[in-house]
Amino acid sequence: MIGLEHYLTVAATLFVIGIFGLFVNRKNVIILLMSIELMLLAVNINLVAFSSFLGDLVGQVFTLFVLTVAAAEAAIGLAILVCFFRTRGTIAVEDVNVMKG
Amino acid sequence: METLILFAPLVGALIGGFGWRLTGERAAMWITTGLLFVACAFSWIVFLTHDGVTEKIQLLRWIESGSLSTDWAIRMDRLTAIMLIVITTVSALVHLYSFGYMADDPQWKEGESYKPRFFAYLSFFTFAMLMLVTSDNLVQMFFGWEGVGVASYLLIGFYYRKPTANAAAIKAFVVNRVGDFGFALGIFGLYYLTDSVKFDDIFAAAPALAETTVHFLWADWNAANLIAVLLFIGAMGKSAQLFLHTWLPDAMEGPTPVSALIHAATMVTAGVFLVCRMSPLMEYAPEATAFITILGATTAFVAATIGLVQNDIKRVIAYSTMSQLGYMFVAAGVGAYSVAMFHLFTHAFFKAMLFLGAGSVIHAMHHEQDMRNYGGLRKKIPYTFAAMLIGTLAITGVGIPLTGWIGFAGFASKDAVIESAFAADPMGYAFWMLVIAALFTSFYSWRLMFLTFFGKARGDKHTHEHAHESPMVMLVPLGVLAVGSIFAGAIWYSSFFGKTNEIASFFGVPYAEASEHGEAKDDHGEAKDDHAAPKDDKKKKTSYAFTGKPGEGAIYTGKDNHVIHDAHYVPTWVKLSPFIAMVIGFLMAMWFYIWDPKMPKRTMEHNRPLYNFLLNKWYFDELYDAIFVKPASMIGRFFWKRGDGDVIDGTLNGVAMGIVPFFTRLAGRAQSGYIFTYAFAMVIGILVLVTWMTFSGGAQ
Repeated sequence: MIGLEHYLTVAATLFVIGIFGLFVNRKNVIILLMSIELMLLAVNINLVAFSSFLGDLVGQVFTLFVLTVAAAEAAIGLAILVCFFRTRGTIAVEDVNVMKG
Repeated sequence: METLILFAPLVGALIGGFGWRLTGERAAMWITTGLLFVACAFSWIVFLTHDGVTEKIQLLRWIESGSLSTDWAIRMDRLTAIMLIVITTVSALVHLYSFGYMADDPQWKEGESYKPRFFAYLSFFTFAMLMLVTSDNLVQMFFGWEGVGVASYLLIGFYYRKPTANAAAIKAFVVNRVGDFGFALGIFGLYYLTDSVKFDDIFAAAPALAETTVHFLWADWNAANLIAVLLFIGAMGKSAQLFLHTWLPDAMEGPTPVSALIHAATMVTAGVFLVCRMSPLMEYAPEATAFITILGATTAFVAATIGLVQNDIKRVIAYSTMSQLGYMFVAAGVGAYSVAMFHLFTHAFFKAMLFLGAGSVIHAMHHEQDMRNYGGLRKKIPYTFAAMLIGTLAITGVGIPLTGWIGFAGFASKDAVIESAFAADPMGYAFWMLVIAALFTSFYSWRLMFLTFFGKARGDKHTHEHAHESPMVMLVPLGVLAVGSIFAGAIWYSSFFGKTNEIASFFGVPYAEASEHGEAKDDHGEAKDDHAAPKDDKKKKTSYAFTGKPGEGAIYTGKDNHVIHDAHYVPTWVKLSPFIAMVIGFLMAMWFYIWDPKMPKRTMEHNRPLYNFLLNKWYFDELYDAIFVKPASMIGRFFWKRGDGDVIDGTLNGVAMGIVPFFTRLAGRAQSGYIFTYAFAMVIGILVLVTWMTFSGGAQ
């Protein structure tokens, strides 16, 4: 029987993979975006899992909203990426340090 | 009318100081002077019509705080009336005189305007001084007291381009602060003890104060004595008594009219006025008045010795002022307040005239002040010579001996002081000091005359050729003051130093025949045991004694105080002694400066240490420099270099230039600009939080 714990474990695993994707990755900005999506999905899994576990539909409705926002965020993120590539000619993470103090 | 006298100088000062650009320089000067003459005329009317009854005119309410209640009020009694005429007369004449004296001054360049400022300061001083003498309570008096201090500071430093004048102004101000501190403590003490600063309440409480002890500076004191001494310390500062006198000679850096007005006739006598005003308190403070007497006598002596050898004409007169102030304090100290006021009154005339005369000489000699460069000026400036001669005759006390009053102003009042000193303490310290000082006074006054007006012309020949008599505006004040110097003593002799009943009615003090007061007479008899002869002499006449409670009338004389009465019955040789001293002094001066002009130099060479000691003013300045000025400046330097420079600036600079940049660099380094670093930091943060929550038990 697959229980709540299994879902939570999957979600936690996905979240950690997302995090490591964020700061271990030094190459590609697209991977960063993908990692963020991964973390969002991990959170969504949590929401759905608890929703089902508690018998409350609110969590699943909320997940639908999060997915919508995530789609919009991905679109904007990719658009920024395109702009960035046009100006800098590269999307290597190593070169993105304009904010250096 | 009193209000008008009080505020006319203030209006003049405001117009002269701020409005002269509108009215023009000349008009501003005439307005200030005119207002002063109006005030002077009214003052004389007030003085001559005053009936001795104390009168109060409330101007406005001032401080109302808890039990402290202070009004701006004019206390019109005989003391105030005397001071009014002294102040306004001298001030009006000095204003007039300044037209001539300040006409062209080498201190200022062409086109620079300084005259309205000078007149405004003079008028402001007059206002502050009037405020002081008309006050009805100590706080208002303190206002006037500080006001004259400010005016004095401004006028001493009037030649602000001269560093010496600035230094003298600061010195005068600082030394006066020492005295004012004592005065302020006295006021605080009186408020603490009597819960009031009004004169009426204080005077009424005076007998009770004599019974009270207060704890002050680790010891218990008699309240009346303590307060009297504290107030006298204030008087010492203002009146340049010994130990707080060093500012007065330096104050001669100011223009000469200022010296005449402030540092001879009026401001420096404020201390004497204060002691006389507080006579009800002083009468209950025997130790304090003994202290005043001794200090006054010592000052009279010390100042006279220094005056013997000074070469600057104004400094000689300055030391003479200090010496005469000592006389006044002796009179006040022995309880002869009316005699102190008498000397104050006559001294104002002849000393103002001596100063204005000296100013006239300085004016004639193109601002040369060293007497060694004068000589033979008698014919060049005859009117000034005549005025100075009258002034000298007045200050040395020339008159017909044993008549008491037929003589120049100083004769009547100085003899009165010396006789009072003898009556209070026969053959005492004060008496001898004053007689010796009278001898010295005569010597240095005639020395001044002989060096200036007689003998051969010394110094710059060119200056002597161009020596010229002063203009009319300067000679008229001299003439008026000369009249005062000749007659002031004789006219008011009986009012100030006549029979007890005459003095009492002049000052509005209740009196009664002594025989009606058995108690008073008994005490009197005891006091007279050691010289019986005058006692017999007195019994033949009807004698009067002061009665009344403290605060009734302008001055209060205790029931046991018969100094003024006794002063009339001192032995004949005592009455003659100041005259003899004066003659000896005169002959000595003649011998030294006319008959044998080489004599001073010989004497000087034979007594070199003594001469240097006197020339350097008993080394008071050097002593104070070593004791107070140097350590103070060392402490100041320490706080400046170490405290301010190292600690305060060091802390600020260290924080701003060391610690803050260090942390900024650290924070800057954390901002790598790489997203993954920030993400990593976030994760670490979450980890720490989670760990902490786990171990601390979370929300539980």
